[in-house]
Amino acid sequence: MKVAITSTGNSPESKIDQRFGRCSYFAVYDTENKGIEFLPNPNKEVQEGAGPASVQLVASRNVQKIISGEFGIKIKSLLDSLKIQMIMIKEPEKTIQEIIDMLNK
Amino acid sequence: MFIIFVLNYCSYYMSPRPLRLRKISNPPPVSGFKPYGNKKSGTIPDSIFLHYEEYESLRLCDYEMLNHHQASVIMDVSRPTLTRIYAKARQKIAQALVQGSQIIIEGGKVYFDSEWFTCKSCGCYFNNPEKDAEIKNCPLCRSSDILNFDHKPLDQEETITYCQDVCICPDCGHEQQHQFGRPCREEICSECGKNMIRKGTPHSGKINK
Repeated sequence: MKVAITSTGNSPESKIDQRFGRCSYFAVYDTENKGIEFLPNPNKEVQEGAGPASVQLVASRNVQKIISGEFGIKIKSLLDSLKIQMIMIKEPEKTIQEIIDMLNK
Repeated sequence: MFIIFVLNYCSYYMSPRPLRLRKISNPPPVSGFKPYGNKKSGTIPDSIFLHYEEYESLRLCDYEMLNHHQASVIMDVSRPTLTRIYAKARQKIAQALVQGSQIIIEGGKVYFDSEWFTCKSCGCYFNNPEKDAEIKNCPLCRSSDILNFDHKPLDQEETITYCQDVCICPDCGHEQQHQFGRPCREEICSECGKNMIRKGTPHSGKINK
């Protein structure tokens, strides 16, 4: 199963990004082979529609869960129809590695 | 004759419309109730199966003291359907009390609220995209210590202020849209000045034809 985590940088030590649509990177973590793939977010600077575009990017990788700090208003219905689970973590100091450790527990 | 034939054909050969999924906001804390102190020894009556939607209708109508219209909006069914579910629930519970049977809460055409949950051990929030499955563990830390999280505080919750019913004048038959929260008998008919009543209720037997 694949999990996408919004990240501020492209290493496991970087912190979680509190925004979904305009985050810097998506860390796509595969729970089966324990691999992490960092995808730079091309929608970081766009004026409008960053959320739906990011959903498209993430959904193309077949993720089943998305972990972020906050989701915009257009995202919920999109992810509901794609059956992707949203998880919100309200701790901006958590690193990607810590979240992966929690998933592996 | 032809109409009777068509109606018979429909009722025998066509399947009825499928039931609408009922939304369950709070599943019951226990899976059933057992009687004790059986006075007629030897006879154990059959268990009564109370469906989830029946439990939910009882919870909304009798525990939260909502009216049927408000409860039906919460369960995402029509008002008459809610009333039917509620009547069934009361009938089953009365039957269980009188016969001294065990009540088992299970089954029914339901889905569990897909809104937000919160995990007490890691403090995250998550939703449930699979409407049919019940969430038991936190997706992040696998803790079972989760709560159904109401993201709207109680005072901000939207109250239902509309109603599809119609008031009717018992004297002249004048109809007007019913105003939510205002009893029909307080409405005055604009045609003849009489107090009005709700259309379609047993009171409407008073209507002069």
